[in-house]
Amino acid sequence: MSGPGMDATPVTRVRDLRVRYGTTEVIHGITFDVHRGEILGVIGPAQSGKTSLLRCLNRTLEFTPGGHSEGLIEVDGEDVRRTRDVYALRRKIGMVAPLPVGLPLSIYDNVAFAPRAAGLTRRAALDDLVERCLTQAALWDEVKGRLDSLGTKLSGGQQQRLTIARALSHQPTILCLDEFSIAIDPVTTMRIEDVLKQLKAEMTIVLVTNLTQQARRLADRTMFMLEGSIVELAPSEQVFSATPADQRTFDYVNGTFG
Amino acid sequence: MFEAGPEVRRKLGHERIAHLVLAAVTMCIVLPLFAILAYLVVKGWPSLSLAFLLEPPREMQTQGGIWPALIGTVYLVGVSLAVAAPVGVLAAVYLNEYARDTWFTRLIHVAVINLAGVPSIVHALFGLGAFVLAAGLGQSILAASLTLAVMTLPVIIASTREALAAVPRSFREACWNVGATRWQTIRVVVLPNAISGILTGVILQVSRTAGETAPILFTGAVMYKAVDRGDVFPYRLTESAMALATHLYNLATQINGAPDSLQFATATVLVGAVLLINSTAVVVRAVLRSRRKW
Repeated sequence: MSGPGMDATPVTRVRDLRVRYGTTEVIHGITFDVHRGEILGVIGPAQSGKTSLLRCLNRTLEFTPGGHSEGLIEVDGEDVRRTRDVYALRRKIGMVAPLPVGLPLSIYDNVAFAPRAAGLTRRAALDDLVERCLTQAALWDEVKGRLDSLGTKLSGGQQQRLTIARALSHQPTILCLDEFSIAIDPVTTMRIEDVLKQLKAEMTIVLVTNLTQQARRLADRTMFMLEGSIVELAPSEQVFSATPADQRTFDYVNGTFG
Repeated sequence: MFEAGPEVRRKLGHERIAHLVLAAVTMCIVLPLFAILAYLVVKGWPSLSLAFLLEPPREMQTQGGIWPALIGTVYLVGVSLAVAAPVGVLAAVYLNEYARDTWFTRLIHVAVINLAGVPSIVHALFGLGAFVLAAGLGQSILAASLTLAVMTLPVIIASTREALAAVPRSFREACWNVGATRWQTIRVVVLPNAISGILTGVILQVSRTAGETAPILFTGAVMYKAVDRGDVFPYRLTESAMALATHLYNLATQINGAPDSLQFATATVLVGAVLLINSTAVVVRAVLRSRRKW
């Protein structure tokens, strides 16, 4: 596999994706690529289909009764909807949910959970992996002396970094963050943003966010979604400029609505 | 400035009345329990002793102890739970963690709830037909225990599902997101955190099973079995046995010439055992709760 930025094939291709819950369609046929090594910002108000899109990507949509998708989603050239090993697919995609989730396990076991589930049992390898992921998530220095204390007892901001460490523990190709800063303080948010800037060298990042300024700060390209459709997908400079292609983008980004 | 006006005084008055009424009603629940216990102990006192627990009945059951019934109840409860607890817990795990929400699983859900409400005498008739006669087990500990198991299963399923549902869904989603299978998720995160609720539900069924009379009356409980003093393995599973609940029933209705204190002492032991088991449930829950991880 070639390094990020050197490979022109998109890491993810989405073609005419439709998502329904029961009879209600929430994504109405969207098409876009995620480039290898970029940070793709996804902005848009609530109910615009951002989270459903992520849930299609790692096929956790099927855990919602009535959840159904149509169209093509490829990750690394493989058709997500037809993949035989859905667990390997999910390991390819790191997922960080809006609310921090420390599993009711020790900090160490929180991070070692995914590698163990994938079959890694050698203690030395696990130790290395846990330290590396916690360091990448900017949490190592705060917890290195108490790895056996409970992940659920950490503060909200620490738990969110633990969640990121867990998402990194299965060495994903794509890291997806769904409004990661919704429940944490601004200082921790900025620390995690720094983390993301560093991670960008190693992986592709899809950043779903309610904070348009966060997309502006971090994203190479930004996708504006509204009511289940893509309004605009362009380099961030253009989306956040005075003259985006669509007037609705300008209105949303500048706070006229949403 | 903070002087109470008439409006506030009225409010405070209502508050006091509400407090008193609620406390009084609560006392009304506790009183009968203590009244019953005291009545049983006082009336049974002349017969209560360690020998009463360990000795078999004598003289056509008009004297002696209750050992065969006590150990018989232990057998019945033990065997029925050995069947009902694993089956019930595993079925609940399937229903709560695996089964999709279809008309079929809803049907099962409704069936479980309704089964829990079926009177025990109906279970008794079912047990008689299914285990004693159709399966050819005869009147035996096995037949009686299976009848009790069928009766307790739905309640264990319901309480286990409740315990599983109390584990936040976000934990499961976090596990699925990192590529864990459902079973890995259940084993590492769901079961360890539901175990206190599951155990509590199972233990409460122990005490219920110990007290049931109707289901074992036709399926495996007998009036009298000769058992040595303190013999821990007096019964084979294919034999019928004595049990505390039916022994009490027989003492009260079938046996002439026994002193009253014998019945009351037997009832004291039965109620005491049930209370003891229930308090174990309270302790187990408290201990596991204190180790709660979120």
